[in-house]
Amino acid sequence: MRTFIARRLLGAIPLVLGIATLIFFVVNLAPGDPTARFLNPNTSPEAQEQVRVNLGLDQPLPIRYVRWLGALAKGDLGDSFSHNRPVVDIIQELLPNTLLLSFSAIGLAFILGILLGILQAVRQYSLLDSIASMVGLFFYSMPSFWLALMMVLLFSYGANVWDWPIQFPASDVQDIEYAFFSPVEKVQDRLMHLTLPATSLALVLAAGIARFTRASMLDVIRQDFIRTARAKGLSEPVVIFRHALRNALIPVITLVGLYLPFLFSGTVFIETVFAWPGMGKLVVDSILERDYPVVMGGTLVFAVMVVVGNLVSDVLYAVVDPRIRHD
Amino acid sequence: MTDRRRVILSALLPGFPQLAAGRWGGGGLSLTVWLAFVGLLLTRWARFAAGWGGPLDHKIASLTVVAGLIGAWGWSLYDVSNPGGVKQSGVSQWSLAARAFRKNRIAVAGVLVVVWVYLIALVTPLIAPHDPAAQASLLTARMVGPGGEFVLGTDDLARDVLSRILYGARISLSIGFVAVGISVTIGTLVGAVSGYLGGWVDTVLMRFVDMVISFPRLVLLISLSALFDTNSILMITVVLGFTQWPGTARVVRGDVLSLREREFIEASRALGFSRRRIILRHVIPNVLSSVIVVATLAIGNVIVLEAGLSFLGLGLLPPTPSWGSMVAGGRDQLLGAWWMSTFPGLAIVLTVVAFNLAGEGLRDALDPRLRT
Repeated sequence: MRTFIARRLLGAIPLVLGIATLIFFVVNLAPGDPTARFLNPNTSPEAQEQVRVNLGLDQPLPIRYVRWLGALAKGDLGDSFSHNRPVVDIIQELLPNTLLLSFSAIGLAFILGILLGILQAVRQYSLLDSIASMVGLFFYSMPSFWLALMMVLLFSYGANVWDWPIQFPASDVQDIEYAFFSPVEKVQDRLMHLTLPATSLALVLAAGIARFTRASMLDVIRQDFIRTARAKGLSEPVVIFRHALRNALIPVITLVGLYLPFLFSGTVFIETVFAWPGMGKLVVDSILERDYPVVMGGTLVFAVMVVVGNLVSDVLYAVVDPRIRHD
Repeated sequence: MTDRRRVILSALLPGFPQLAAGRWGGGGLSLTVWLAFVGLLLTRWARFAAGWGGPLDHKIASLTVVAGLIGAWGWSLYDVSNPGGVKQSGVSQWSLAARAFRKNRIAVAGVLVVVWVYLIALVTPLIAPHDPAAQASLLTARMVGPGGEFVLGTDDLARDVLSRILYGARISLSIGFVAVGISVTIGTLVGAVSGYLGGWVDTVLMRFVDMVISFPRLVLLISLSALFDTNSILMITVVLGFTQWPGTARVVRGDVLSLREREFIEASRALGFSRRRIILRHVIPNVLSSVIVVATLAIGNVIVLEAGLSFLGLGLLPPTPSWGSMVAGGRDQLLGAWWMSTFPGLAIVLTVVAFNLAGEGLRDALDPRLRT
């Protein structure tokens, strides 16, 4: 087991290095001038040159690449052009928000998806099964930003207009008066702000997870050991949850790794719609401002999270299914 | 029903005899096309006639109507007068798949919707109630609710939402089609070469694919699109096409790995064919069924991605009526005009659902292991 993990870790290093290289060249070779934001037509050529020197853009590309990699190895992502702060500081500030959003979304998605998948598999071809499949397909085909807008429309604006008992806030991670709240109110406020973004992100993912769980569950239910379990008189819940589910969930674990890129793509939209101060919004804003260090740093953090997530799901898979450890 | 009566019936209502016989894929399509296009000719005759001298899209629209009518009519008559026509051909893998596909009613419905979305996109200049860019009076017709003169309401610039959705369909569908064409071509070639040659070529190509897939796709797309100014339809199509191929490459490579060991490939190697010939003439035709499935499912995906980019302001810009930018425009008016972002979003969902249904039906039909 230990060698398996070590081998996977070693394999991830060149992958991350390759991704870093790809990011650097995609961002730096693209047309567009990052100094344009500091200049206007009246700026003298000397001042223009000075800005380029200050930002380190006067050096040739290979030298910048080696410098960037060298700094990266020391955990330094450079300074932001527009925020005048180290990129690492900005990321440290915003990453927790993104992690909170994505972890609650993926947790919710797996709980919802697995439960629905089990229900559909147990009642295969029933009315419930076909309705759930159809509704699932709709959510699966939905652009997450549109779903998010519709959630805001219904549960935030609509709830306000129609005087529903619960009205969810439509933006930011916490209330403006957060600092004056009591601890209980603080937790409550955070949850309220988290509900809509996390749900809209989770629903799209849950639809896919439900289909996968249903298929995997149906595979398992048809096997002999389930018939044996039923034959020896175990109750149906015990058969389903203790015997079938354990085996059905093994392939579902691989979905964690597969869905991470989708999850992070989703956070970009969700953070934009809900004005959620996180990494996705940071990267989008920085691209528009041509703030190269932030773009490179933010993208790299996303990519590393995907690689680590894949690693974790591979290892988890190996833990629960000993058959695949040795190939 | 005698044959004569069936022929007369199908001349009057093409598709009806087939529909009555329970073949509602072809029957339903030709009947709906016939009825809708005849209705269109009756209500929009002036526009149809003017179309021949108008701009290109107008000409295409009029041409589509004529072609649709002739197609529906001709197919139905031919089908009724040759009842045994289908069975004369041999039982190839493709006709087996077609038979399995026809049994899957939901998938057939998906294909019907897809075909109809394309038809609507083609005849849009004839049916759109308003010009998508024309503004009605800003005083009286700004953000008017659905119903009345503007069926789906007007936006904050007093433009008709329905007309903009109709014109947006053309853009979304063309981008989806062309981008998937690009990505599927690259993906198939890379996957086939990588799987067939193996060795270091395979290692290098697949490492690269792993790298691109580990990127959150949207972040990659956003960087590319912002940096390359994808505000034109051409650029956004190219960027989408060139970033979506790794998925196809992986699927194709998997297929080719098992294909490579089969006897007929060995035989062509023994005959001394060049590697290029084996890959292009023997390997690729045998992975086409997976490629078709991947492509159908990818179109829906690309449509959502394009809408997403336009939503973030990185794709097509106003006044181009793109579904994504319409949803984005409605975002600022969510409280005052909910219809502005709701209906374009519904158009996206409907189209993508149809493509996904069709793609899944194709997958079930083309995979002999799933066929019952």
